[in-house]
Amino acid sequence: MTTASLEAKFQEKVDQEVKIEPRDWMPDAYRKTLVRQISQHAHSEIIGMLPEGNWITRAPSLRRKLGLLAKVQDEAGHGLYLYSACETLGVEREDLFEQLNEGTAKYSSIFNYPTLTWADIGSIGWLVDGAAIMNQVPLCRCSYGPYARAMVRVCKEESFHQRQGFEILLTLSKGTDEQKAMLQESVNRWWWPSLMMFGPNDAESPNSAKSMKWKIKRFTNDDLRQKFVDVCYEQAKLLNVTLPDPDLKWNEERGHFDFGPIDWSEFWDVVKGNGPCNSQRLAARNKAHAEGEWVREAAIAFAEKNKQRNIAKAS
Amino acid sequence: MEQKFQYVQRLADAPLILGQRLCEWCGHGPILEQDIALSNIALDLLGLARNLLQYAAELKGEGISEDDLAFSRPEKEYQNFLLCELENGHWGKTILRQFFFDSFHYFFLNELKNSKDDRLKAIAEKSLKEVTYHLRFSSEWVIRLGDGTEESHAKMQEALNEIWPFTGEFFQVDELDLLMEKQGVAPNLNSIQKSVQQRVAEILTQATLEIPEGTWMQKGGKSGVHTEAMGFLLAEMQFMQRAYPNMQW
Repeated sequence: MTTASLEAKFQEKVDQEVKIEPRDWMPDAYRKTLVRQISQHAHSEIIGMLPEGNWITRAPSLRRKLGLLAKVQDEAGHGLYLYSACETLGVEREDLFEQLNEGTAKYSSIFNYPTLTWADIGSIGWLVDGAAIMNQVPLCRCSYGPYARAMVRVCKEESFHQRQGFEILLTLSKGTDEQKAMLQESVNRWWWPSLMMFGPNDAESPNSAKSMKWKIKRFTNDDLRQKFVDVCYEQAKLLNVTLPDPDLKWNEERGHFDFGPIDWSEFWDVVKGNGPCNSQRLAARNKAHAEGEWVREAAIAFAEKNKQRNIAKAS
Repeated sequence: MEQKFQYVQRLADAPLILGQRLCEWCGHGPILEQDIALSNIALDLLGLARNLLQYAAELKGEGISEDDLAFSRPEKEYQNFLLCELENGHWGKTILRQFFFDSFHYFFLNELKNSKDDRLKAIAEKSLKEVTYHLRFSSEWVIRLGDGTEESHAKMQEALNEIWPFTGEFFQVDELDLLMEKQGVAPNLNSIQKSVQQRVAEILTQATLEIPEGTWMQKGGKSGVHTEAMGFLLAEMQFMQRAYPNMQW
């Protein structure tokens, strides 16, 4: 079969919503796009553990400590399934880790922002996980089977995290003036970076069309961002918090909320490595990796010794 | 009632403080799977601490909550084994510290599940299932790292020499232990000592590690006299309660 006819057959399957599986033929560019997207997603889970992990030892009650620890542990689990999904495309976890540690792989820029107060743990749950869910729910129907299946589980857990975050903020909203101020200050810092999580405007997002054709992606960045703003507006009212955008208002004609312009220069700065915590996040990952090297080596050496012993025993 | 409260609170302190220490590893472990495993152990220990502190709070009454007991006491009132508060150090040291605690904890809970106190009995039964896994996990890793590479062996032996003097405290009996034992609430600590030591010796031998010769042991946890590391641990753990007292979170 020629590449053209393979490609036609592949696209036909995608169009008919038949899942592409690891052993199926797929265009190189499809594989590359998936590896890039899934590994970036996996890295985001792993880097995302750091800003939230920052508050586990300081969580304000036993219940919150357990909730946060379990949540951050879930992120590690998500990283694990996503790295496994990448492995089905022929890329090893160790190589992906290397790209992350070297700083050549991307991850979600949101995790380059600092967690400064307890309220930030709530804001991450409400806004960051909320935005992630908007992005990720459509991925449960992604054309690539292993990714779609991993996302079903990820989304279930993310939606629990989102509720947990909202509940943290709801508690603050019913608390003292100091707690209410902590809530508002945190939302002020997280709102705009959360909107940036959906990526550049559609006109600036060259890969989108192809990803939509391959059914990796189902909705455009701007569609998802709009949906997110619409949902958050109502939720912010429940929290009695003001979203920091003077242009945010209902547009009867569009049937959506209008919102102000996003500061894309900030977005690109953070993507390029100039965010408040980019270097700290990478340094923390590199430290963990370097300090864990002797442990990984020992585990391999021991497994090897054990194998030799078993062979000796058997003979 | 006050004495039982004191005893239950003491039982909670070891998993609380060790769980707090393990939280520091989350996101920084050497292998993703082991990061998850250590967080699991932390979740179990903190869950156990919570069950015990809820019981202690009920025994105390006076509107005291589990969180008051967990977060609002002065250092002197925490009665965890000093071992639990030791700084994490490298991953091998954390594992070794865990192994010693698990070895004690396993045999201790195995006896506590025969307590005449129904609540403690139920808590011990539930926790024993988890701790059985903890002990398996930490034992396997002690062996793996002890008998891994030259470097890992040296690191583990060094950690063992450092931790060893903190492993005698499990069996130091005080008046409260004796009183609770007399009432059938607490196990006899001497009766489990042999089993714990046997288990420890067996695993350390498999790990090709040498048990230090020194017999001098640290003490102080049960009487609230801690190591220098404890103040910093509490400063972090109690930060929110100190900075924002009397609020709901």
